[in-house]
Amino acid sequence: MTPLKPIAPGRKAALGIAFFVVFVAVWAAATLGGFVSKTFLADPLTMLREGWDLFAKFGFAGDIAITVWRVLGGFLLAAVCAVPLGIAMGAYKPIEAFFEPFVSFARYLPASAFIPLLILWAGIGELQKLLVIFIGSFFQLVLMVAVAVGSTRRDLVEAAYTLGASARGVVRRVLLPSAAPAIAETLRLVLGWAWTYVIVAELIGASSGIGHMITDSQALLNTGQIIFGIIVIGVIGLISDFGFKWANQRLFPWSLA
Amino acid sequence: MSKLAIEDVGRTFPGVRGGKPTVALEPVSLRVEDNDFITILGPSGCGKSTLLRIVAGLDTPSTGRVMLDGARVVAPGADRGMVFQSYTLFPWLTVRENICFGLREKGMPQKEQREIAAHYIGRIGLAGFENHYPKMLSGGMQQRTAIARALANDPKILLLDEPFGALDNQTRALMQELLLGIWEAEKKTVLFVTHDIEEAIFMAGRVVVMSARPGRIKADVAVDLPHPRHYTLKTTPEFSALKARLTEEIRVEALKVAVAA
Repeated sequence: MTPLKPIAPGRKAALGIAFFVVFVAVWAAATLGGFVSKTFLADPLTMLREGWDLFAKFGFAGDIAITVWRVLGGFLLAAVCAVPLGIAMGAYKPIEAFFEPFVSFARYLPASAFIPLLILWAGIGELQKLLVIFIGSFFQLVLMVAVAVGSTRRDLVEAAYTLGASARGVVRRVLLPSAAPAIAETLRLVLGWAWTYVIVAELIGASSGIGHMITDSQALLNTGQIIFGIIVIGVIGLISDFGFKWANQRLFPWSLA
Repeated sequence: MSKLAIEDVGRTFPGVRGGKPTVALEPVSLRVEDNDFITILGPSGCGKSTLLRIVAGLDTPSTGRVMLDGARVVAPGADRGMVFQSYTLFPWLTVRENICFGLREKGMPQKEQREIAAHYIGRIGLAGFENHYPKMLSGGMQQRTAIARALANDPKILLLDEPFGALDNQTRALMQELLLGIWEAEKKTVLFVTHDIEEAIFMAGRVVVMSARPGRIKADVAVDLPHPRHYTLKTTPEFSALKARLTEEIRVEALKVAVAA
């Protein structure tokens, strides 16, 4: 192996899949071989059977749909508010000076710790779930977008000024396109975190969703269902990640060439 | 009236953490006539780039003022095109879109923009590369595009800050001829900063030699070599004589820096 040397796409995919195979093989050997008690860890076959039951008997598809809806709803709400604010902070230093200290502080407030308060304020309905995700994503997004915009190459900004660009022109035609790939990358990253928050929100005070199913299964010691639920979340995350990467490649061909 | 008048322009940078302020540029005065090609020659750190940035409006002078066509320079604007030493093409725009950047900012109709871009793309010899992104181009091609981008705006004066500084010698020589060819054809007022003596003489109608920091103008040498110029000019006795003279001027300054350091 040579450091940093790229590998062929086919080999890359094969190696990536190989790890999944190894992972499942170790898991199967540990459980089916009888090394781990079924009470603590279900084997892959039981997990698949339980998963099938979930869809067939317990309407798990509905749980998935509601969880996806919550994540997307809360995340989009946060993105719609955070991206413009982050851009304004990155572009204009007085705005940054005004918001940055508070946002930096708020970013460390754990979203899950707000759940009791949010239940008090918003009840246990959908609004509460959306707010947990909103709080968890908003502050992170604001800061990361501000950094992306603020780190625009100064010489490009100067070049734009010497070409007659106005202050608004610089924001619109230099800062935004320059930061766009980093902003998209930020959204991809924070969407991943939003998935963690939604499950936490559903573990407490929810009557539907993947997180709720996991709590129910815990009461029944059904590790197969729990693991199936976790894997479903992983698969959805993987799909959305691929979606983001695909869109970024289409939207910003210049940053990859 | 001169096209560009630099009047007692000096620049002092404030001291860092209570340190002494740095005088980058002692008050200098310089007059540039219409269609002059002036090179500013000096050792590194002599304030020549600072002077150019002040003319561009990217930096403000501590003393004095810059007048362009009788109007005071206070901010950067489309009337002063600039080419930087670093590659400053917008990476998200193609060659053509980069060249049209200033035109679009002016609100010029698409059709006119494309005509002007096509003209300059031909001038810099990049026909066929219109839709390439900067990353796909060599350093020389990027700087040629940057020159076209500045010229497309039809500025009153073109400012070049060591534009070929990062290029290899062969490319650099070709670029000098290319830029000179464009100047001979289109007639522009040009201020060209460099630390390369040969380049300074080959390009210029006048070479302004600057001293080591704090920078001031040490000599103003007219270069009466005929146009159009060809690379063979660099081996003529007249060229060599000028080069010997300027080498001596610069050497004294470079020595000062080396001894002080």
